[in-house]
Formats: sequence, C-alpha cells, structure tokens
Amino acid sequence: MSMEPRYSIGIDLGTTHCVLAYVDLQTDEDALAIEVFAVPQLTGPGVIEDDKQLASFTYLPHPVEIADGETALPWVGKAEHLVGEIARNLGSKTPIRLVSSAKSWLCHAGVDCKQAILPVDAPDDVPRISPFAASTAYLQHLRDAWNHQFPEHPLAQQDVTITVPASFDPAARELTVEAARVVGLHQAVLLEEPQGALYSWIENSEGDWRNHVKVGDVILVVDIGGGTTDLSLIAVTEHDGNLELTRVAVGDHILLGGDNMDLALAYTIKAKLEQDGGKKLEAWQLQSLTHGCRTAKENLFNQPELATMPIVVASRGSSLIGGTLRTELTRDELNRVLVEGFLPHVGVSEKPVSRPRSGLRSAGLPYAQDAAITRHLAAFLSRQKEATAELNGVQSPQHASFLHPSALLFNGGVLKAGELAERLLEVLNDWLQSEQAPVARLLQGADLDLAVARGAAYYGFVRKGKGVRIKGGTAAAYYVGVESAMPAVPGLPPAIEALCIAPFGMEEGSEQALPNDEFGLIVGEPVRFRFFGSKTRREDVVGTRLDQWRDDEMEELEEIEITLSEAGYIAGDIVPVHLSAAVTEVGTLELRAVSRRDQRHWKIEFDVRAAES
Amino acid sequence: MTHYAIDLTLKPTTFDLWHVCLAATAALLALTLIVVLISVILGMRRCRRTLPMVAPAPVVSEPEVRIVEKIVEVEKVVQAPAPEPVILKETTPDAALQLLGLLQKEARFIDFIKEDVAVFSDADIGAAARVVHQGCVKAINDHFTLAPVSQDNEGSRVTLAPGFDAAAFRLTGNIVGQPPFNGTLVHKGWQVTDMRLPKLTEGHKARIIAAAEVEL
Repeated sequence: MSMEPRYSIGIDLGTTHCVLAYVDLQTDEDALAIEVFAVPQLTGPGVIEDDKQLASFTYLPHPVEIADGETALPWVGKAEHLVGEIARNLGSKTPIRLVSSAKSWLCHAGVDCKQAILPVDAPDDVPRISPFAASTAYLQHLRDAWNHQFPEHPLAQQDVTITVPASFDPAARELTVEAARVVGLHQAVLLEEPQGALYSWIENSEGDWRNHVKVGDVILVVDIGGGTTDLSLIAVTEHDGNLELTRVAVGDHILLGGDNMDLALAYTIKAKLEQDGGKKLEAWQLQSLTHGCRTAKENLFNQPELATMPIVVASRGSSLIGGTLRTELTRDELNRVLVEGFLPHVGVSEKPVSRPRSGLRSAGLPYAQDAAITRHLAAFLSRQKEATAELNGVQSPQHASFLHPSALLFNGGVLKAGELAERLLEVLNDWLQSEQAPVARLLQGADLDLAVARGAAYYGFVRKGKGVRIKGGTAAAYYVGVESAMPAVPGLPPAIEALCIAPFGMEEGSEQALPNDEFGLIVGEPVRFRFFGSKTRREDVVGTRLDQWRDDEMEELEEIEITLSEAGYIAGDIVPVHLSAAVTEVGTLELRAVSRRDQRHWKIEFDVRAAES
Repeated sequence: MTHYAIDLTLKPTTFDLWHVCLAATAALLALTLIVVLISVILGMRRCRRTLPMVAPAPVVSEPEVRIVEKIVEVEKVVQAPAPEPVILKETTPDAALQLLGLLQKEARFIDFIKEDVAVFSDADIGAAARVVHQGCVKAINDHFTLAPVSQDNEGSRVTLAPGFDAAAFRLTGNIVGQPPFNGTLVHKGWQVTDMRLPKLTEGHKARIIAAAEVEL
C-alpha cells in the first residue's frame, strides 16, 4: 500500500448536495484531468444508483419501515444512516424523519451542534441525530464509496480538500475539520467555496486565465446554491511580474438559495389554485407542486420561446386520470416571483430589510428575511468599499459608494438559469454605470454544479506549489470581549471592550505575537469569553482595544470557553495567561491561552455552543 | 417359558428339490450382478476414452479436409459441429421488472396503462399524459443514452454498402439484387449506447413494482 498520496481529492460538502472530484497527482500539470466521482447510493429501498451528486439528506427510518437487506450498499450490509437520494425520496413523504440542511446548522449561533436535535419537528419517539453527526455521515459515505472503488488508494491516504462557505465562522470550520477527523481524514484541509469556484475556472481555462483578467481587476464571486448564497471578492495584483490573486472580502452567511425559489413558486401557484378553484391543497400536494414547479421552471428557463408550462399534480392513488390537478406556470409568474422577487432592481445604497424577530425564537434556522439577493449584494459591496485600499495596483475611484467589481464569476445551480444570471449582471452594471465605472464582465466557462469540488481537487495541485494560489488568510479580525475598567452603573450591564487577538488576513500556518493584556484564569473552572468577528476592520492589530464600534462592523459570535486543566496546578489557583491566535495549516483558527509563568498552553474551545440561553 | 434359539451351526441333512432351486436362484442373481457391474465399468471406460476422441474429430479433421486458403470457411466449420440446438438468451426477469418499476416510479406508467381511458375526456387524459411523458423522459434519460442508428435525415436517400449490419438496418420493400442497396430512410432507428440501470440489493423484491402506500 502506497503511503504517498496518489490523488488530490476535493469534497464539496454542500447544503443540499455533496460532490467529490479527484485528480491523479502523477499526471503532468498540462494534462490535468479532473474527474467527478459517481457516488453509489441508495435511491430507494434495495435500489443502488451512481450519481455525481450525493444528496445531503439523512433519513431516520422506523425499525420496521424497510425490509431487512434493502439498505445494503456495496461496502456494507446495513447502512448506519440512510443518506443520499433515498433519504430525500423517503423524506419527501415523511418529513418528520428527514434531516436536511445539516450544514446550515453548523453555522447557527445558539445551538450545540453535537447535540441530537435534528429533525427539529420530529415527535419524541423518533431518534434524533446532531448536525455534526449528519455531516459526518455524508463524509463517511463518500469515504466508503471511494475506498470501495479505489481499495489501493484509501481516502485517508490521499490529499483531501473539503470546501466550506466563505462565510463559515471559526467554530463551524472547526466542526467541519472535526467531522473529517472522525471518519479518519486527519489530513483534510479547508478551502472556501468561492475560491474553489475560481480555481475551477482557472483550471478550466487551461492556462489561458491570465489573458482574461488583468492587474487591478476585482472579481466578484456569487455562489447561489440550493440553500445558501455566498459572496467573495478576489483582487488581481502583480508581484515580480506574476499575477497574484488575493481574496479580500467575504459576505455574511445568507440562508437563501434555489430551494427558497422553488418554494416561492409553489406557494404562488398554490394561491392561484385556491383562488380559482377554491380548493385547499394538502401538504403532499404542495410537495408535488414544488417538484412540478422546479421542472416547469427549468423548462421555461431553458426554452425562452415557451410562454407557459403546464404543471400537473397527480393523485396519490393508482387512478391517474381524472384525479389529477392541472395548472400552469406562466413566464410572467416566473419573472415576477423569481427575477423580480429574488433579484429586483434596487439601488446600491439599499440594505436588506430585516423585521425584528418575534419574541419567542423558534428552534429553526435563521433563514434570510429579505429574499432579494441583489439587496444583500448591495449591502455587501457597500460595506466592503475599502476592501482593496491596501492593495497595490487595485484602485477604487475616490467617491465610490461601493466597491467596484470589474469581473463576475457565477457558481451554484441557480445561476444556470440564463435569465437570473443576466439579471444579476444587469443590476451590478447599473450600479457601476451610475458611478461612471466600467461595466463588469462575466467570466465564462465554469460548470456551476460541480465547479467547487473540481476546484478543490485542483487546489491539491496548487498546494504542491504548482499554479497560482489565491491568498487571503482569515476573512475577519477576531476579538474577545473584556469588561472595561469603568465604575459599574446600577441597571446597566458593565461596558465591554473588544480586544483584538487575531487580525484580518492571517495566513495559514501563521501565528500572532502575544498581546500584552493578560487574564487571570482560575484553574479547573471553565471561563467564558464573549467572542466577536469583524469582516471590515482590516487595520486592527493584536492588542487593539475598542471601546465602541458600529453595529454593522462587528458581529458577535458564539462564546468561547477555556478550562485550565489541573495538571501541575492546584485547583482554584489563579494563573495569568495571554490569549493568542494561530491559523493552522488546515485553515482553522486556533485560540490558545498561554501561561505567562511557564509557557504552557491550553486550547480554547469554540464548539461549546451557548446552549443554556 | 420357552426359549427359541437358532443354531447357526446346523447343516441341512437332506438335499431336496427346494434346496436345488434355492441354490440355482442364488447363483443366477450373483451372475447377473457381476455382469451388470462389468458392463457398467466397461461402459464408463469406453465413454471416457471415446469423448476426447469424438469431440475434436470434426474440429481437426474437417477443416483439414477443406482447403486452407479460405480461412473464413474454416472458421465457419469450427462453429458448425456444435450439435446442441441454438441457445436463446434468457432475459433476466429482474431487469425487466426493474424497468417497469422505474417507469411506474417516475411516470406512473402502470397506473396509466391499467386505467380505462374510454370513460375520460381527452383533456383529462392529456393532463395525465403529461405526467407520464415527463416521467418517462426522466426515467429513460437517466438510465439510457439513446442515439439514432442512422445519422441521415428521415426521407433522404441512403446507400447500404455490401456487408452492412443487417441487425442495425432493416430492409423492406423491393429487396432484389446485390448490395450496395439504394433506398429511402424511413425511420432513423434508435440504439442504446450506454445503460445505467440501478443495481439491486440481494433481498430486493423486484416483483413489487410499486409498494402499496399506507399513510399513518
């Protein structure tokens, strides 16, 4: 068995689909052939099919629901979790046993991701699993499928890159790496999805990419997937005559994607049906309608000459004719709901509308309240207008009210629809023209569904020093909250200061010098710190103390917790420590408490989510 | 109590007709047995010896009798002597059932076929036909790659050279003379270039095309 990795493998661990791409490391750089692995998976009880996408769903069947032996996979007689297409199929009829969007939960504040909480709506006697366990299950399935097909090259011995949304916070990144470790992928490194898309574009151009971008370009990557929208800005600079790419900013975690669009269409059609016929639709009919809407939408987008597309909701019984519900989706409705609803023409100064959340927070995902992706984009570009200020060669006009991208790269299945992609480009160019800036051009030629995984596989090559590497480091600066030394005012919470422990743009494998501030920690007792991140404050260095900041530049993340182990200390003893940060080679942020006395250090945990609140 | 015991050392004191008959029968049976055994052994030996002799005989001898310069004919002769009847390929029922299952799952195919269309209006049938058509398209496209046999347009003149694939091109009408044949392409034909049927687990009951559904 060879210990030297033979393949570089990219895993796109998506919200709705997982993709695994691989490339033989022994091939020449000019003759790279990135393959997408067809993942064997159950599609129904007893039926196994290969598909390039593994649906990121888990179904928790009742013990007697499926006959023995019908859940066998080529590598295991009885699968531990039902994942993939079968989960989605069974779950569409029994949603109380379906776990979906596990990935979005990983980045959800206020939830302990290792607690069995999914499916949220399940009755008590349905066994639940944690978002972490679900993510692990997808990785495990991919690993087993790979090992089954390539027994001489087990996945654990290959170069593995797992992609995460650029907007994932440090805790969610840590959880992803931990999930990989659970299935034996200790060597896995992380890559941001928009970067993966750009790598794929670079790889796809076969060396020609240098002719498509020039120094001073700012590439906006818009990734609209099934469940999330991810934004990144990547600048093109020059160093010693070579083009360099630097990721300068990433957007917020926006839970808005293709699934919302299908659902929006289904509700529109449902309203139409109920208004016309006075019929109440049942839950299963809505499900079928959503499915029908998706097909009709794809047909309308692919065939611009069609004006309407019929949608038929078949009866559930064996009688097909007569029991069907017939309606249609018109191009007007499609434009009104999707193009105008999700990508409206808005001014660049507009911000996403956010209603105050109702008092009782239900245990659900914090879906984006404003469906207008263009508004989220406007807010992102306005907020990041300083993003390229420190880069040589990238100049932004003096009075620009937002950052001017000069090129646009799309990713994600939603943008396969020509009209949506055109609209997005149109809106962006309207903004640019209103400030007399040159219009942005579209970078062509990426496979929108599989690009991220392919780019991640290519990244394995890049890490070996071949090709161009996107620099960037951390996309945020990180702070801990410390109580300021002000006299307490009754009735007011003590004022808090933010102490910077990790600056913006820390590269992988780098560590920051210790700040001067020290904390006295009690040995053996857990101590919690409030933890903040800022995606816009690029100038703060380690040790910077902020006593005030604007709401939109600082985001409170999950609390972090430190427990000094007692070894070598007496419980109750107070040890003076520094808090320091390092970015690991893997791509996760590691916080440490370093003792001033003897340089011992302790890891600070992210993943202890504030569950008691 | 009376004890009956058989004394095996006893010998018959008289030798009457019964004894003669008994002895003769025993001798006859023994002889028959010996003859049968010998014939079986001989038969088996002969079989073993003759089989390798007989089988290659036509293979070796006949082509040699025929002339070597025509290789094609030699090959034909080699195949010919197989005395068994033509073996027809047994289609595995699982694959057929699987296809029915796929068509039912995606397209409600069986539901549609099993329904009496006479009582419904064309509009109703049309609505259902959309479900069936859409589903069949998905089921077929997902699992088969189809390509036309002939790349020419239907209605155009085509020429079939000598040695054309008679399985791929079906001749109709005025079939006389020798190829090349000139004719009109009536149907472009279909062929499956790739097939991706799902694999089935050991215990899968393919005969259940659609499970009965019970909502709790």
